Amino acid sequence: MNDEGRGMTPQREAAAVVDAVLADLPRHRGVVVDSPPGAGKSTLVVRAAGHIAETGEPLMIVAQTNEQVDDLVERLATERPDLPIGRLAASGYVAPGRIQARPNVSVAGRVADLGDPAVVIATADKWAWVGDRTWPWAIVDEAYQMRSDKLLRIASLFERSLFVGDPGQLDPFSIVDGERWAGLSWDPVQSAVSVLLRHNPGLPVHRLPVSWRLPATAAPVVSEAFYPFTGFRAGTGPADRALELTAGGMRTCYDRALEEAASAGWALYELPSRHTVRTDAEAVRAVAVLAVRLLQRAPVAHSERGSHRVTPDRIAVGAAHRDQVAAIRAAGVPEEITVDTANRLQGREYDVTIVLHPLSGRRDATAFHLESGRLCVLTSRHRHACVVVARAGIPELLDAHPSAEPMRLGVPVRFPDGWEANQAVLAHLAKHRVTPLL
Amino acid sequence: MSVLAALARLRAAREGVAQPIATVRHCHLASRPMVLVPLKLAGEAAAPLGAVVGTDPDHPRLLVVPQPRDRDLRFSFAAELAEVLLPYVEGFAGATETVERRGGEPYERCLDAPQILVPNRPAVTFLGLLGRSTRFRRADGPCPVHPSVPLLGRWLTYFADRSHRPGSSLLLAATEALSTHWATGQSALEDANLAALVGWIDPPEGMSGARAAEEAEDPLLWPPAGPATDPGFDNEVLAPAVRAYEEAPSGHAVERVAQALRTQLEPTWRLMWRAAGLLRALPEGGRVGERWEADRGSFTRFVERLAENGPPQARRDGAVGAAARLAGLERAQAGYEVQRAYDDPLIMAEYRLTGEAFAGTVTAADPGHAEGEGRSRKLRPLVTVKTADPVQPAPGTVLGSPDRRGHAAEVVEVAGDEITLKIVKGMGRGRTPAPGSVPEPGERVTYTSLTGDFPSSPALPDPELTPWTHGGPPEEYVPGDEEAREEWA
Repeated sequence: MNDEGRGMTPQREAAAVVDAVLADLPRHRGVVVDSPPGAGKSTLVVRAAGHIAETGEPLMIVAQTNEQVDDLVERLATERPDLPIGRLAASGYVAPGRIQARPNVSVAGRVADLGDPAVVIATADKWAWVGDRTWPWAIVDEAYQMRSDKLLRIASLFERSLFVGDPGQLDPFSIVDGERWAGLSWDPVQSAVSVLLRHNPGLPVHRLPVSWRLPATAAPVVSEAFYPFTGFRAGTGPADRALELTAGGMRTCYDRALEEAASAGWALYELPSRHTVRTDAEAVRAVAVLAVRLLQRAPVAHSERGSHRVTPDRIAVGAAHRDQVAAIRAAGVPEEITVDTANRLQGREYDVTIVLHPLSGRRDATAFHLESGRLCVLTSRHRHACVVVARAGIPELLDAHPSAEPMRLGVPVRFPDGWEANQAVLAHLAKHRVTPLL
Repeated sequence: MSVLAALARLRAAREGVAQPIATVRHCHLASRPMVLVPLKLAGEAAAPLGAVVGTDPDHPRLLVVPQPRDRDLRFSFAAELAEVLLPYVEGFAGATETVERRGGEPYERCLDAPQILVPNRPAVTFLGLLGRSTRFRRADGPCPVHPSVPLLGRWLTYFADRSHRPGSSLLLAATEALSTHWATGQSALEDANLAALVGWIDPPEGMSGARAAEEAEDPLLWPPAGPATDPGFDNEVLAPAVRAYEEAPSGHAVERVAQALRTQLEPTWRLMWRAAGLLRALPEGGRVGERWEADRGSFTRFVERLAENGPPQARRDGAVGAAARLAGLERAQAGYEVQRAYDDPLIMAEYRLTGEAFAGTVTAADPGHAEGEGRSRKLRPLVTVKTADPVQPAPGTVLGSPDRRGHAAEVVEVAGDEITLKIVKGMGRGRTPAPGSVPEPGERVTYTSLTGDFPSSPALPDPELTPWTHGGPPEEYVPGDEEAREEWA
């Protein structure tokens, strides 16, 4: 936790950082803002966009997926109805209803067809096709999830830029081996921010210090495991959030797991140790039953924003692999509940999440499964509670597979270490363990 | 490891013989490949010790470095290798065809291309390093070498680089090519031993594959396939022979080293041709030719680049070069995976297990179904497929099929085990579908969400316009005397 933050209210502490970011914008070619999960990244982007638009200079915004772009457009259009916004999209894109209805949003496939909006938003892939104009300002959102070769394609479009992102989430990846470029400062499979900072070490890096999403039960765990040196704190206190299961349970092991999660913010539903295939039938079933049972218990979430019933769209189920997602879906999770991989859950927020642990039932711990970002994404999507389903024996598996990735010259050491982060999270989850009766 | 591959390995262990994991050959095999088995000196990165090379199984050419620590001898080895390799490679440069392309200038492409077979991945790495140590050398200036040496260096670099491209067959490692077609009852690490791997696949008469692989672990019976040599051989045979040459560099001493290396290289030489024979016996996959065409195109461009007297390949990729190469590799990887699945029902089965494909029987078809009226009328035949495969695609997913080229269908509805598809592509231009373009009731079909339609990647900036985020424009390369004095080479 930032020492200077102590004694300040979370609101004031966060506001001070945002002010510092805005003040740095005109002074540097690039400004980087690290944002832990739910720390108000989008709020910052909207704020900065408004700030730049007030100068009268045009702005381009880059996000990574169409969903992220649509989210930003919606947010910006709502908070700044005075601002003309252009949404640049590939052919075949159909604007969702939430965007079509906006009078200040225009959608087109070419910049020239947008009119001359103050702000143009598109994915990095789409921006790469725009070549004939430069913008004085850019904001790159989710910059840690952007591969540096994408930045290379669009960097000539802007003069100066704000890079915003979460360093703890999943690193960008490639389906081919990038060993050839390991250690090069412009390694194309590294994130845009790491390449940017290696070539421009003098650029200011700010950190948002407060997570508004994660509850007081989760922020310290996630902060210690995944942000060991920078850290952040929860914006709410232990008394501000509560999850209430309004329908009575039947004291099954599933009920006990959900009750533990409701009261403590975490639960580990631990199946007996066993080596399984990736789509472990028992674990998949447990995840699906937990999701169904959760809805049956009629959960109500109380928070600083008031109280509301936790509807299926406020619940997510996360897993590491697509075949696991398909199996969980097929096991009978209600349609409206989101079931997806960690990669696709990045940047999203729910009240309750149910997670199939990436290392559950495995015989080995590969770099893919050890990647700290994967577990970080899965365990930091919730506002109230997170239930992890796993087979026993993961700590032993980790002990049998210490990180053995080769060291490469010229590659900066990365923190956190996936192995250590996994152990830290498991150590905490062990306090909230529920085992099925056999 | 996929479920099917794991199953095949278990079966191989039980049966005592390797099990096929592919029904067709997924790599090109040239009619006259060049086999090259290099050896290097233990403890050195790229000090050649010897090699056998050639295109005729009965006439291998043995190259020897009698004192591998002597740098002049290393470069005369390179010149000798160039004497064999360059004529072979350049022999393909002459005959070309003109290829028309849509919306572009026609271009020339060689009718065939060279193919080099080496035992394993470390041999590829070694050739890459040998290329790195020779391509910047010059025939003039300090430490001059034979003019063929830098040219050999460029070719070796080209082949080693190209071998990282998924689906390329210009330079193949035998162990990798064999393991993509057979699963053995031993670990992947053990599969890297060529003798053991061939033992599992093609054991001698009356012997099990497992036993043959065990025998292959004895370095006296089966010396390692290189580039590293057996330490016992190094100490007991090689070291005294090199020392004898050191003391009296006579023809006799050279022959002693050559004889020693012959014992190490000959078994592997024979193994290599057996491996080529095993691969040749498999029928070639339908899309292997397409990938070989791409190899021929790449080969032709490199021949042209050499003819233009361009500088040797850079030591490292620049920012733009690295991004361009990555985009090319990713495209090749995605394309290779799709093509393999389309060519081979056994590979497609993997995707059927993960829910990315399904096979079934057509139960109903409405070939005349259309959407829209008048000018916007579009032919959209409906087909219903009954399948027993587990996971099924969501409505709206676009599917391809290995049964018909250029065919695409969209999932309309999934009801129990019946899937209704709407065919959207590959029916010809008429008012009714072209004959055979719509599956008929009773037909066995396979559909998959794996399709070969990859969007083209957007342009990269010119290297001179590398942006500030990536370090700005790189310095221009000026060949100098520095390279000739590089210490490690």
